Amino acid sequence: MSESASDPKRTVSSSAEGADPQRRSSAFQIEDLHVWFGNRAALHGISLNIPVHQVTGIIGPSGCGKSTFLRALNRMHEFIPGARVQGRIRLFGEDIYEASGDPILLRRRVGMVFQKSNPFPTMSIQENVLIGLRLAGTRNRDLLEERLEEALRMAALWSEVKDRLHAPGIELSGGQQQRLCIARALAVRPEVLLMDEPCSALDPIATAQIESLIRDLGQRYSIVLATHNLQEAGRTADCTAFFLEGRLIEFGSTKKLFTNPSQKQTEDYLTGRFT
Amino acid sequence: MSPLPSPSHSKPHSQKEASNEEGADFRHFWIRKVVDRFFQILSILAAIVVISPLLLVFVFLLSSGGSSLTWDFLTQLPKPVGETGGGMANAIVGSCILVAIATVIATPVGVLGGVCVCEYGDARLRAAIRFTADVLNGVPSIIWGIVVYSWVVLRMKTFSGLAGGLALSFIMIPLILRTTEDVIRLVPSAYREAGLALGLRRSQVILHIILATARRGVLTGVLLAAARVAGETAPLLFTAFGNRVWAAHLQEPMAALPLQIFTYAISPYPDWHRQAWAGALVLLGLVFFMSIVVRTLTRDRSR
Repeated sequence: MSESASDPKRTVSSSAEGADPQRRSSAFQIEDLHVWFGNRAALHGISLNIPVHQVTGIIGPSGCGKSTFLRALNRMHEFIPGARVQGRIRLFGEDIYEASGDPILLRRRVGMVFQKSNPFPTMSIQENVLIGLRLAGTRNRDLLEERLEEALRMAALWSEVKDRLHAPGIELSGGQQQRLCIARALAVRPEVLLMDEPCSALDPIATAQIESLIRDLGQRYSIVLATHNLQEAGRTADCTAFFLEGRLIEFGSTKKLFTNPSQKQTEDYLTGRFT
Repeated sequence: MSPLPSPSHSKPHSQKEASNEEGADFRHFWIRKVVDRFFQILSILAAIVVISPLLLVFVFLLSSGGSSLTWDFLTQLPKPVGETGGGMANAIVGSCILVAIATVIATPVGVLGGVCVCEYGDARLRAAIRFTADVLNGVPSIIWGIVVYSWVVLRMKTFSGLAGGLALSFIMIPLILRTTEDVIRLVPSAYREAGLALGLRRSQVILHIILATARRGVLTGVLLAAARVAGETAPLLFTAFGNRVWAAHLQEPMAALPLQIFTYAISPYPDWHRQAWAGALVLLGLVFFMSIVVRTLTRDRSR
């Protein structure tokens, strides 16, 4: 698993046509990741390679460590008192927990979408999308406008909001708000997108829209999608990891994992014989 | 209103037992009803006691000072003893300047202190700051007068508007700090996380997202603190000191409404007494106005 000697760079992605997800070039290489909250261990040594330009689903029951895992990938645990991260995570070969690395720069490369849509309530749609760029120092009007349209188009929201870009972001419907949050994350042009149960608060129609959006985005971005909804993982993810009680039980292509799981626990969970 | 028997009593175990039970139930019903009504009346009375002082004070001030509250009173300087007429224009403007100075000093300190308590520092430091603010809130306001007197007035060798504003700001700082802290706590952490996950710096998240979201609450806190210190007299006694003419600049003794009211009220002249009442009416009106502004702000917020 740790092909660290070859130090894979992004250029390898062109040869990423193999069937086994572990063999393709990776966006994230995670080795022996432990996370503690105080004395309680939330993740017990996860080793996993997140393939590039694919949707990787993380499934498992509530409290299995899906969110904890996601948040370790963009160093969001640093603001939680008592949280401790151990292990090695590399993003396209660079160790993200290296002392010299700035979490700010990392988070510009690794965007995140949350369970509950959270557009900034004081800002318009346009301001919401552009805040990341603006505060990173982009002043060029043309560039900002270009990125605004690009991000909203990618989030499949452009046609719905292009005539009211100055309306408050929180006036949109729930599904639109979540797409606005996706646009906000995309506007800074990240390389990886982390999605923490992005559809769990949405109705079926909005869910279907977001899911098809995730599939489209998966062509251009490396996406890590945590979900407790098995169907959602089945519909959107190219490969899927099954977490249980802070451990990685199984990782493989979604088709293989769902139809022919190699682990008994995976099978039990998928068939609902599991509490 | 006859008491409805509860279902459990509708199937008596025996005839006698059932009637006994029903009788007791009936008595309890009336006792409970009386007690209930009693408490209702008591709480209404308490509410009246809470509201009535404001109305009484207002009516009293109107009847005592209303007649002296003329255009001259609002626009003229005080007349020398013995001459009737004159006004408190310098004190009204002075009070506004003093509160403005205090607000300008206290707002950044209080707001940043509140931010620090919520967003930075370890738990011990936060608890220490919070405790300190609470203690400061309880410090009698005349203490601030003495402190500023010995720190500023003695050193500048003159009473001044600046010293008065500073003394008032010391009272405002802990008030603003605590309200800022409270409203920042109300901002859902989802916004904080969303900002951080976008790659914003912590200061940017605080400034552009958290404070922006909580701005109405912060403003409300600042206005409430300003309204509170607008009526303070003790800290101004030996800082701003008072002045019977316009203060030319901030390094001169400055008139303030509460001071002027104090001076006029303890004087032996009936005309000054009437003016003191009018001054009190203006002061109450100012505070009332600020409270209404606060009201409007908070109503917009809940909309």
